[in-house]
This record gives sequence, C-alpha cells and structure tokens, in this order.
Amino acid sequence: MNWGSLENFLAMGGYAFYVWGSYLVTLGLVFAEIVLLMLRKRSALARLRLRGTAAPGER
Amino acid sequence: MNWFKYSSPQSFFPLAGKLAFWFGALAAIACAAGLYIGFFRAPTDAQQGEAYRIIFIHVPAAWMSMFLYLVMAFWAAWGLAFNTRLSGMMASAIAPTGALFTFLALWTGSLWGKPTWGTWWVWDARLTSELILLFLYFGFMALQAAIDDPRRADKAGAVLALVGVVNIPIIYFSVKWWNTLHQGASVSLTKAPTVAAAMLTAMAVMAFGFWFYSIAAALMRARCIMLERERASEWATDYARASA
Repeated sequence: MNWGSLENFLAMGGYAFYVWGSYLVTLGLVFAEIVLLMLRKRSALARLRLRGTAAPGER
Repeated sequence: MNWFKYSSPQSFFPLAGKLAFWFGALAAIACAAGLYIGFFRAPTDAQQGEAYRIIFIHVPAAWMSMFLYLVMAFWAAWGLAFNTRLSGMMASAIAPTGALFTFLALWTGSLWGKPTWGTWWVWDARLTSELILLFLYFGFMALQAAIDDPRRADKAGAVLALVGVVNIPIIYFSVKWWNTLHQGASVSLTKAPTVAAAMLTAMAVMAFGFWFYSIAAALMRARCIMLERERASEWATDYARASA
C-alpha cells in the first residue's frame, strides 16, 4: 500500500475521523491502564512501608 | 517439577513480574508489526475504502473481550472448587482489562458502523449481547468492590462470573442465530477466509499483540492485588522495603 504523502495517510481516504477516532481512543485507554497500574503498585508499596505505624486491621 | 509451587502469592509474585515484562515487550513488538502490515501492506477495501482499517483493532478487541471473560470465569470456578487464594486474585485481575477490550470493541464498532451502516448503534443481537458483556464485567467489579472481606468478595464474584458465561456463546453465535445488521464471521475454522491475506495477517498479529498485552496487564494487576491482600505477611513488607 502506497499512500504517496503524509496528508493522504492522515486523511484515510476521507475516513480520518472514524479510523483515527478508533486508534487514538484505543491507544489512550491502554496507556491510561498502564499508568493506573503503575500508580496502584506505587501506592500499595507506600502503604506496606508504612506498616507498623497503621492501626491493626486498618487497610 | 512442582506445579503447586507457584500457587502461593509469595512465590508467584516474582514470576508474575518477569512474565509481565516479557509479555509486555512481546505485545509492543506484535502491535508494531501488526499496525505496519495493516496500514502499509494491506490493500484498500473495494467496498469500504480505508474505513475498514478499524478491523485491525475491532476484531482482536472483540475476541479478547470474550476470551478474557472465559479465562476470568475459569479462575473464578477454580477458586470456588478448590478454594485457592491465587485464583480469586487472577479473576479480579483480569476483569478491568476485559472490560477495557469490551468497551473498545463497542467503541470501534460504533465508529465503523457510522460510515458503513449509516448508524452509530442498533439494538441488534450482536451489539446488545456485547453491551451485556460490558455490564457483566462492571457488575463483577462492583460486586467485588462492595464486599470488604476479599475471600467472600471472590466467592460472590465467582458466582456472578459463572452465571454470565452463558452470554459468551450468545455473542459468538448471535450473527448465525438471529438476523443481525452485524456481518457474519470473516474468519472461521471451517471455511477459507474471505479477506485478503495481508488483512488477515495484520488482524492475526494484532490479536496476538492484544493477547500478550492482556497477559501483561492482568499479571501487573495481580501483583498489585497480592501486595494489597498480603499486606500482613512478611514477604510483602520485605519486598516493599527492598524496592524503596
């Protein structure tokens, strides 16, 4: 497949909104999931390091 | 080899970390290759023009949405039957990624439906049953979040997950059982594929990419759940101190 130019590639034969709307939302949500997982791990570790200072049975 | 060695969170935790890294790397490679084939090797569709290129994420996302539900239900059933700690953690770890792919299948389907069918949404059997799948994932997560004791949350979630399994064959066969706007399967085990070879390759490679990504994401989440639930145990606090 030869698009010829970057403009043609981005235009997606007139379907740019639908094609890029699909791909960008997919990319964004996957990226968001990875960031959220990293933050969740970081907060779990921070909580574990605080252990001993928290009351027994506290989350 | 002792297969039960990795059934305890303590010994599975480091293995899950290594696996998550390598499956994440494989996912990145597969998705890059799949997108290259999909956008630069696959020809323009004779009827749909370039709009069809949504297929390279729509179909793999839809496959993963159903497959992840089955894996989640498998771990839920395993946990109910054998009362193993890790099974419930795996089921909860898969649910959000499954919900993500279900949403993406609906979202990309909607953006594909508008230019090809002329509508964003119809209440036909395929679309409706896929929407129910999204609600099953949300219901599973909400139910688990509503119960404080993790073991009881696992049991309640497992029952919901198992009841919901009935929806998977309904989604899969909906295009055969009912007269739907959604087209039938383009890829089947019993017939020759009805799409060009490069299109099929791109779709297959993207499916592997999404599959590897799901494994990596689920394992990353399982590690978080292990740290949260095993917070009273020594290995978890040791790991937290060592990683500071």
